[in-house]
Amino acid sequence: MSKVLVVTSGKGGVGKTTTTAALGAALAQRGDKVVVVDFDVGLRNLDLVMGAERRVVFDLINVVQGVAKLPQALIRDKRLENLWLLPASQTRDKDALTEEGVGKVIAELRSRFDWVICDSPAGIERGASMAMRFADEAVIVTNPEVSSVRDSDRIIGMLDSKTVRAEKGERVEKHILITRYDPSRAARGEMLTIDDILEILATPLLGIIPESQDVLKASNVGTPVTLSNADGAPARAYMDAAKRLCGENVTMHVPAERRGLMDRLLRRRAA
Amino acid sequence: MSMGLLRLLRGKKASAPVARERLQILLAHERGMRGQPDLLGVLREEILAVVSKHVTLDPTKVIVRLERGDEVSTLEVDIEVPNDFERKKVAVA
Repeated sequence: MSKVLVVTSGKGGVGKTTTTAALGAALAQRGDKVVVVDFDVGLRNLDLVMGAERRVVFDLINVVQGVAKLPQALIRDKRLENLWLLPASQTRDKDALTEEGVGKVIAELRSRFDWVICDSPAGIERGASMAMRFADEAVIVTNPEVSSVRDSDRIIGMLDSKTVRAEKGERVEKHILITRYDPSRAARGEMLTIDDILEILATPLLGIIPESQDVLKASNVGTPVTLSNADGAPARAYMDAAKRLCGENVTMHVPAERRGLMDRLLRRRAA
Repeated sequence: MSMGLLRLLRGKKASAPVARERLQILLAHERGMRGQPDLLGVLREEILAVVSKHVTLDPTKVIVRLERGDEVSTLEVDIEVPNDFERKKVAVA
């Protein structure tokens, strides 16, 4: 059965696009047929993070407006044969996304893919509401930081009221994904804890992605982080999150500080 | 335990509990407001309508502010009125 998943957050820069690429690749690596859809019209970036920026011919707006057929706009990933990208338009504005048009495209994608993953733009405007409109499930990407948690709470409110499912009296299944988690700052009491965030947002946890150089390196070369360094901590955390999305029961790893006592002392003195 | 001890030795207070408390208070308030009409907007419109019956006003010179306190909140309405408003009103009438 096909599922529409929105990756959203309200706040910008928390890791939505990285997460969309990583979860899309992770689910495709497991054998599912996956399409990742960029809803950030005017500021597209999923193509760049996926390494497909030079292969974009048609985009979501072209398909919504009937200028191009869906198969013409879909770009197949060069590394994973069951991973596809539907890019956003770089030149048009968000008003080109009509509800009827988006609904038709989503329905057609549903019939072709196991997972339709919608990368939401930041904010709560049209692009973000269209990205979540037809979702069955939502991944709310949250950083352990006050403004991100506040915006996540707002987005949860929208998921519970402004989606097709909510309007039919059904639920959108929501998951919190904590990204940029820094164990050493958490240990020093400088960062909201996982428990704090989950208690405040009252939503179950999908995974914890540690702050890591791997993420920047992956976007530099245009490869989802689960493929660029599959043994790294972020890749493993994303793979576990993908398993949980598929209903598997995987033990949650809270990233821990791995520095020795000497390092701690030296760092403390330096700080 | 060890984090608590380290903090004690460094003589610094953790900022995360402050963040949690501020968020809990703010979100409790924001969730209550969700779906409600914009109170300040409605007040501003209605006050403007009442005062305009008697005085010629520049709508941009009406400011409505709400300050929330722990015990009570204050609503401040600041209306700038031109000095010759009475004469103008009479002239119009």
